[in-house]
Amino acid sequence: MKLHYCLSGHPTLPCNVLKFKSTTIMLDCGLDMTSTLNFLPLPLVQSPRLSKLPGWVLKDGSTFLDKTELLDLSTVDVILISNYHCMMALPYITEYTGFTGTVYATEPTVQIGRLLMEELVNSIERVPKAQSASMWKNKEVQRLLPVPLKDAVEVSMWRKCYTMPEVNAALSKIQLVGYSQKIELFGAVQVTPLSSGYALGSSNWIIQSHYEKVSYVSGSSLLTTHPQPMDQASLKNSDVLILTGLTQIPTANPDGMVGEFCSNLAMTVRNGGNVLVPCYPSGVIYDLLECLYQYIDSAGLSNVPFYFISPVANSSLEFSQIFAEWLCHNKQTKVYLPEPPFPHAELIQTNKLKHYPSIHGDFSNDFKQPCVVFTGHPSLRFGDVVHFMELWGKSSLNTVIFTEPDFSYLDALAPYQPLAMKCVYCPIDTRLNFIQVSKLLKEVQPLHVVCPEQYTQPPPTQSHRTDLMIDCQPPPMSYRRAEVLTLPYKRRYEKIEIMPELADSLVPLEIKPGISLATVSAVLHTKDNKHVLQLPPKPPQPPASKKRKRVNDDVPECKALKPLLSGSIPVDQFVQTLEKHGFSDVKVEDTAKGHIVLLQEAETLIQIEEDSTHIICDNDEPLRVKLRDLVLKFLQKF
Amino acid sequence: MGSTRSHLRLGRKEAAFPALGKGCGVYRDRQCCFPEVTADTAEVSYLPVSAPGAGQDVGRSCILVSIAGKNVMLDCGMHMGYNDDRRFPDFSYITQNGRLTDFLDCVIISHFHLDHCGALPYFSEMVGYDGPIYMTHPTKAICPILLEDYRKITVDKKGETNFFTSQMIKDCMKKVVAVHLHQTVQVDEELEIKAYYAGHVLGAAMFQIKVGCESVVYTGDYNMTPDRHLGAAWIDKCRPDLLITESTYATTIRDSKRCRERDFLKKVHETVERGGKVLIPVFALGRAQELCILLETFWERMNLKAPIYFSTGLTEKANHYYKLFITWTNQKIRKTFVQRNMFEFKHIKAFDRAFADNPGPMVVFATPGMLHAGQSLQIFRKWAGNEKNMVIMPGYCVQGTVGHKILSGQRKLEMEGRQILEVKMQVEYMSFSAHADAKGIMQLIRQAEPRNVLLVHGEAKKMEFLKQKIEQEFHVSCYMPANGETTTIFTNPSIPVDISLGLLKRETAIGLLPDVKKPKLMHGTLMMKDNSFRLVSPEQALKELGLAEHQLRFTCRVHIQDPRKEHETVLRVYNHLKGVLKDYSVQHLPDGSITVESILIQATAHSEDQGTKVLLVSWTYQDEELGSYLTSLLKKGLPQSTA
Repeated sequence: MKLHYCLSGHPTLPCNVLKFKSTTIMLDCGLDMTSTLNFLPLPLVQSPRLSKLPGWVLKDGSTFLDKTELLDLSTVDVILISNYHCMMALPYITEYTGFTGTVYATEPTVQIGRLLMEELVNSIERVPKAQSASMWKNKEVQRLLPVPLKDAVEVSMWRKCYTMPEVNAALSKIQLVGYSQKIELFGAVQVTPLSSGYALGSSNWIIQSHYEKVSYVSGSSLLTTHPQPMDQASLKNSDVLILTGLTQIPTANPDGMVGEFCSNLAMTVRNGGNVLVPCYPSGVIYDLLECLYQYIDSAGLSNVPFYFISPVANSSLEFSQIFAEWLCHNKQTKVYLPEPPFPHAELIQTNKLKHYPSIHGDFSNDFKQPCVVFTGHPSLRFGDVVHFMELWGKSSLNTVIFTEPDFSYLDALAPYQPLAMKCVYCPIDTRLNFIQVSKLLKEVQPLHVVCPEQYTQPPPTQSHRTDLMIDCQPPPMSYRRAEVLTLPYKRRYEKIEIMPELADSLVPLEIKPGISLATVSAVLHTKDNKHVLQLPPKPPQPPASKKRKRVNDDVPECKALKPLLSGSIPVDQFVQTLEKHGFSDVKVEDTAKGHIVLLQEAETLIQIEEDSTHIICDNDEPLRVKLRDLVLKFLQKF
Repeated sequence: MGSTRSHLRLGRKEAAFPALGKGCGVYRDRQCCFPEVTADTAEVSYLPVSAPGAGQDVGRSCILVSIAGKNVMLDCGMHMGYNDDRRFPDFSYITQNGRLTDFLDCVIISHFHLDHCGALPYFSEMVGYDGPIYMTHPTKAICPILLEDYRKITVDKKGETNFFTSQMIKDCMKKVVAVHLHQTVQVDEELEIKAYYAGHVLGAAMFQIKVGCESVVYTGDYNMTPDRHLGAAWIDKCRPDLLITESTYATTIRDSKRCRERDFLKKVHETVERGGKVLIPVFALGRAQELCILLETFWERMNLKAPIYFSTGLTEKANHYYKLFITWTNQKIRKTFVQRNMFEFKHIKAFDRAFADNPGPMVVFATPGMLHAGQSLQIFRKWAGNEKNMVIMPGYCVQGTVGHKILSGQRKLEMEGRQILEVKMQVEYMSFSAHADAKGIMQLIRQAEPRNVLLVHGEAKKMEFLKQKIEQEFHVSCYMPANGETTTIFTNPSIPVDISLGLLKRETAIGLLPDVKKPKLMHGTLMMKDNSFRLVSPEQALKELGLAEHQLRFTCRVHIQDPRKEHETVLRVYNHLKGVLKDYSVQHLPDGSITVESILIQATAHSEDQGTKVLLVSWTYQDEELGSYLTSLLKKGLPQSTA
């Protein structure tokens, strides 16, 4: 029985639960933050313009969780995290649901995930909170709210952002794992993270027993960027492959987008404008900095300062340099030299790239225009990016370049309209596109594919593009939010170990050429979901002196099953055998189905048919046992 | 029918199970040079070496393990004390019967010290091995640098020929596969290896080698107590058949690390205070970083001004490795590295050759650690004549080196060109080697719970002491082979088979609560076909073979003296059985018969004697025991008391 619960409607920020051999495994817990777009930006200084915008609600200090009470989350045994973007809801689960299990993730995932959470908490907590409202969550009140809030579903599930102590508590429940490490869960299931090629430490997961294999593919990339390449070979022979986290921009080519990013950036700066890049503090930014490192000299930008502003900017840049083992081959080779794997080390050394925890303090002294600023949050709703949008939005010399694919850039910009600033959309999403998916599926050939329903139909805005969906045979099983699927496979066998002493006592018998049988009567021990067969213990010898007093001392202790019998008894040989053993008055009568052998003196009758033998006798145990053993000689035991 | 029956063992010896007998074949095919090999063994043998007595010291690690037909070489070290053929292991032991690549399934290197990896290019490029070599990422990064350095000293400075070249080191490293900690590496379909943190130097690892359910753990060098820059070795309760552990400090229970550190700092401080110079010969990686951190924090705390230098080249580069592989250091350093990288030293600066003649106090870390060549030796010669100066040897020195000579008290050294060097400077020895001491070794054994222990990399006398201790405390066999000796350890693995889920569920459903006193027997049929073993229910076995069941039934007539009416007799029998057979299901059916489980009992009046009733007891062969018991029980008659 393998059930698959889907708790998230967002295919790139999945949250699925798998019940596998009585183990409940949560696969990822992504935090869908698109609902923040319903709110106004959180500026550092109250802006009269923003507060007066019609049709928008000003709300501070909230972020949102997309979860349902489909199952009791306290029953979840383990959580497997595939990459740092997919763990942002972790504190909500580990700190609010009674969860007592273990979380598994790779070291880079945990470290960078911590940075992302820290940035999120920091940028929300530092904004002064006038008051916190919750009335609006009430259904009645919500009805009165303007579009789109009125239509938002599951508003009651929207939650306040977690705090740093909660983040720390959540992260302390994580156990670090390495790629291809086999982790035993309760002896019943083995889980293994595999490199997925998408981000530092990002992983796909194999969940398997001896006989079944489920692959969970989430956020994978076949492009060569900085992380270790995707491990495809280990996904082979899966019974079920759960496919999530494909590219959100299937029509955009990441390489082309990077080129466009660079040329737009160069053009703006050359014209004396500033460039704003709303981004996460880790991930694509490393690739962008590397591209710029190669590009700036040829583009004549060597004197333009690059600013990276985030409470975790320094940590992110430092951490990126220490995960040599999780990097692609080229970068690993650099570490062996030893040189820092990412060239942003050199950008920092030569003062071309500067990083600041926030726009306060040193930054205001160093700030020189024109410049390029990388800062968060990509939703433009909180973080220092809000400030720069306000600062630069009025001039057409400036450009904002969107590279993160998680948010609709038009929705993100809406509260800032009208905007004189140029807006360029270069979404860089290195995750698998549909062409790569069909190649991958052909390569690894899973028996069944399970995916979110969004992937089984063309995108709503491009309904003619039938190439933008998963195409495989048999067609994928799709799930939607809050749906439970029963996965289509059944196991027939289980592993069991035969102890050497028992093995030694077995007597194999060749029944047919190449097939041997041995009957096994043994004691089954099951511990920690592992089964072992042992020799039955020798019956304790009753002390000879002690007389049995009670009749039921005699009752057979174990209901020892006798083997099944097969074969047939050739009457002539049987009679000969009887005679050899001293039965002189054997008489044989033919019946419709077989024979009756009569032992007249012993008043015993043996009915022999093709598939049965029936011995009818007086209560003469020695005689019965003798006859029994003679019959058994002609039969095979199973 | 039954004619081919013979008693076959399922164990490995007679290979009744073809798949399991494989180990045997491997040895025969390859005509291995091992003395008699039994197939069910994990075999460990030291590579024999031509150097007599080399087994008695810590010179060089190179161990060959055969486990379930797979051959794995553990480490490929060289001996620092020799400058001739004796420095490398004698691989002809293996090659006399074929190529290394054919014989070995893989090579594992535990860490970058030359006594564990120094012979690798010789082994792979000069003797010839093309199979996989496994090591951790930091080892893979640092190993070629140390090899190159070693090559330079030997070839360029000493002018030796017949040695591996730079290109050979590069080619050798191409055969290296880097492994993550805890990653299960599938070498081939049956052989898997897994690395654990060993804490001895950056990137040091212990390795588990596993084939089926047999496994060996090799520790390499390890340290069970965390130090200033590395964490402690750790392994899970993997219960290997054999644990091969180093035993460098087999008898030592070292005094507390704090004391040693305080001593060290005191000596350095005193020397510097009186204007003397301190030379600390180190190997570029490992203890050098530990001592640098120690001095750095001390200088900071005491606000000392005397300069500290480390010799150029390797050590500076080495610190860079520590920065890039910071995930391999201890928790504290990893946690704080963003704010303050412990390997960026404020007080320690790069050394220039000219500084050695500077007046005034200074501390210099210089390579190599045994004073046998290079910069440390040069500085030593300059400073040796002044009694204000001090040399501190922080590690073990191999016989034949200057380090070993001065530590053993020699004060007049003959240098090249028959020059006599008089040593007036103070000579101190302080063990900072990160090896497990006796306590640590015992602790590791407790963690891993091995079935057998094998001691290597130690001195015979000390090992003997530890061996007794281990056997006493853990009641496991402990071995300590001499160099070149083969140890054979017998394993007795259980045999994994597939059990049909139907059968397993049937069995577990009956006995939900296992009774210790009355173990329940399960009955099944083991089908062996094409190397696959499946345990199924007898019914399924019959079905799969297309055979019909033959039912064997017994019906016994039991005569009972009872004048009562038939149904009353039946009732008395019923009550009697019910009373006796408490654990069984005894039922009285409406048609007047009784069932005990699936055994049927019917009563009829005797045709001639009305006072006698005949009970027909009928059972199948499967209920033989109970049926036979019932007849004998009924034969004894009914108890009079029952109404």
